[in-house]
Order: sequence, then structure tokens, then C-alpha cells
Amino acid sequence: MYDVIIIGAGPAGISASLYAKRANMSVLVLYYGESNLEKATEIENYYGFANGISGKDLYENGIKQAQNIGVDVKGEEVLHIEKVQSNFEVTTSNEKYTGKSVIIATGNKKLKPDIDGINEFDGKGISYCAICDGFFYRKKNVVVIGNGKYAVSEANDLQNIVSNVKILTNGLKMQTDTNFEINNKKIKRILGDTKVRQIEFEDGEILNIDGIFVALGEAGGSDFAKKMGVITNGDSINVDSNMSTNVEGLFSCGNVVGGLLQVCKAVYEGAEAGLSAVKYIKSK
Amino acid sequence: MSVKAITEENFEQEVLNSEKPVLLDFYADWCGPCKMMSPIIDEIAEEIGETAVVGKVNSDDNMELAEKYEIMSIPTIMIIKNGQEVKRFLGVTPKEEIIKAINE
Ligand SMILES: Cc1cc2nc3c(=O)[nH]c(=O)nc-3n(C[C@H](O)[C@H](O)[C@H](O)COP(=O)(O)OP(=O)(O)OC[C@H]3O[C@@H](n4cnc5c(N)ncnc54)[C@H](O)[C@@H]3O)c2cc1C
Repeated sequence: MYDVIIIGAGPAGISASLYAKRANMSVLVLYYGESNLEKATEIENYYGFANGISGKDLYENGIKQAQNIGVDVKGEEVLHIEKVQSNFEVTTSNEKYTGKSVIIATGNKKLKPDIDGINEFDGKGISYCAICDGFFYRKKNVVVIGNGKYAVSEANDLQNIVSNVKILTNGLKMQTDTNFEINNKKIKRILGDTKVRQIEFEDGEILNIDGIFVALGEAGGSDFAKKMGVITNGDSINVDSNMSTNVEGLFSCGNVVGGLLQVCKAVYEGAEAGLSAVKYIKSK
Repeated sequence: MSVKAITEENFEQEVLNSEKPVLLDFYADWCGPCKMMSPIIDEIAEEIGETAVVGKVNSDDNMELAEKYEIMSIPTIMIIKNGQEVKRFLGVTPKEEIIKAINE
């Protein structure tokens, strides 16, 4: 059991880990997939780097800094977070970890693919949470749009409820092995009336379906949030000034909570979230 | 005012024929996020007092209602005025947003 489990090794997650570790907590940081910071060629507006620094170097330095003070840092993809009584179970592609508190610092991931009809049918056959909504698709035909382990995990949650589930990669390459039927064609649009009825592919083929579950790439912060009943605003997680969410013991920081999308703000909020987690654990 | 359990039996009486706006929370016992929504609904009922009716609908026990309103995602929060749906929120929604919609 860890005191604090942090999802994300960008400036927000690492900064949180430093403050929690310095307060003698046991801390695990999990990360998988590209950080926004790695994409930044040169950071020239962050305090203290006279000649700027590449985003990739800053990212890697952060991870080393955390490891140097004894934070466990593991490169594993988080698929699911669940609150079980007063603790949290974090399921990765390799393992299940338990923590007294969790900090979500997964950066800003876009949940919605650019497909015509995706907004129109939100909640009318399009869902972002298999365990929440699967039941409404009993014995129906559904698809999962995605191409990684997260998509497979959503398909697994659905398969015992629905009559048929396929994975549509929307033109992307499937990143993992699976027994589910895969369709690699690019999707043109989603068709329906009061609810989703069909998917039309670029090549004109039509697939009749009752439901679409969206699970692109890795699960993002707001995917986890939706499943736990965390209040979100679009793709951003709602937090108060202590970085607390409406779920006790769950904190969030950095790009995933919105606002200024810059390193300095992610670092500050990480510190705040780390300290709030410490305070929470000590009060238990 | 307290939160009412709305069922297929009392739906017409409590919701469709209500002179006040009605706030409905469609939920299910197995739904994790619904457990976070439930206390928010209780608080709203407390806060708005007699100005609106606040009810919870167990969508497993009242499948006809869930089907009638094409509920495909829970929690779904719905506001009904004069028997007509005027607003719907999907997923856990902040208290202030819901109260604002009731008063609109
Ligand atoms: C091209 C570009 C240029 C930029 N230039 C600047 C600049 O000059 N100055 C500046 O201040 N900011 C700049 N930014 C913004 C800055 O990079 C971000 O604000 C900052 O990285 C946000 O930090 P974060 O920790 O919130 O998220 P991120 O840095 O995005 O980190 C997210 C972390 O979450 C992990 N993660 C996500 N999902 C999962 C999952 N399912 N399981 C496990 N781990 C997961 C990722 O692996 C990563 O470690 C730039 C961004 C871009 C894209």
C-alpha cells in the first residue's frame, strides 16, 4: 500500500511527488505515453534556465530528480482507478496497486475524435464509460473506438453484457494484441435519428450499430474521473484551490485541470496537490 | 423538501402533473458515479425547499421510464417543466449548474 499514487510524470505529477516524498510519504508515480513537455522543443520561459532547455530534457530530469529522493517511478499504463472503501485501487497494464490517496496529473488529452456526429449523439448512443453505461446496451451491437490497451479493457467490460463488440481503430494501427474483431478503416461519420444507428466509413461501407464507446489511446484524466463520479467540465477535472476533487482523497493538477497550460502552473499545482494529499493522509 | 422516489406508478401524478419544476436523477445501484451524484441531489432538495420537486428514479426498477426518456448513460439529471423535458445533464454535475437550470 502506497500513501500517494500519482498518475503522470510531467511537471505536475513529479512536482507533487517531490513534496509528498519530502513529507516522508511512500510515493509511486506511474507514467505511460507522451507528455506534452516532450513535444516542446525548447522551453524558454521557465524560471532559472538562462539558455532555455529542451522539453525532453526537462521531462527526463524531473523523473530522475524524483527517483533520486526515493520516489518509485514506473512506466506502466494506467487503465482503471477505483475507490474501494477509503482506499484507491489503480490497475495498470501490468499490475494492481493500492493507495491511500491518488493524484491525477495526466496532462490534457483530447477525448473526442474528430468524427462528424460525435457531439450530436453524445449520451444518445455515444459513451465514454463502459462500466457506467454498458448496461443500457444489453444484447445490442456496440463498437469501441480506440487502438490500445484501454480500448481492449473497455471492450472486456462490455463483452458479457452486449451481444457483440468490435474495435474500430479509425485508421490507426492497433497497438496491442487482442481477440476482439478489429476494423482498421477510417470513419467518415456517425448517422442516426434520436440515437446512433450507423457508422459510415470513408470507403462508403455502412455498419449498423446501437452504441459507440470512445476509448482512444491511453485513458485520460477525465476518463478516470467520469468512472469515479468526479465533477468535470468538458475534458477538464474540477478542483478547488487545494487541488481537491469532489471525491475524498483524490486530487488533480496540471494541464488536466485546465487554466494556463504552462510548466510553471503545472509545477505550482503539483506542489499544492502533493501537500494536500499529505494533509489528507495525516488527518485520517 | 425531501427527495421522492419516483416510479412508473407515481410518475404521472408527481412529475407530469406537477405545477412546480421537477428535477429527476436517473441512477442505478451498480453505477459508481451515481453514488457521487446522490448526495448532491440531496443538497439541492434541501436548498431549493418548496420551489421544485426533487426525485430519484431507479432506472433498473423503472425500465419503461428509462426507455421512454431514452436514458443511455447514468447518472442523467433531467429538469421537467409542465410535463416537458427542458434540460438534461449527463454525468456528475455541480450543484450550482443544476440549481441555475431549475430557476431559469
Ligand atoms: C509543442 C509544445 C510546446 C510547449 N511549450 C511550452 C513552453 O515554452 N513553456 C511552457 O511553460 N509550457 C509549454 N508547453 C506546455 C507544457 O508542456 C505543459 O503545460 C506541461 O507539460 C503540463 O504538465 P502536466 O504534468 O500537466 O502534463 P504532461 O506534461 O502532459 O504529462 C502528462 C503525464 O501523464 C502521463 N499519462 C497520461 N495518461 C496516462 C495513463 N493512462 N497512464 C499512465 N500515465 C499517463 C504521461 O505519460 C505524462 O507523464 C508546451 C507544450 C507543447 C505541446
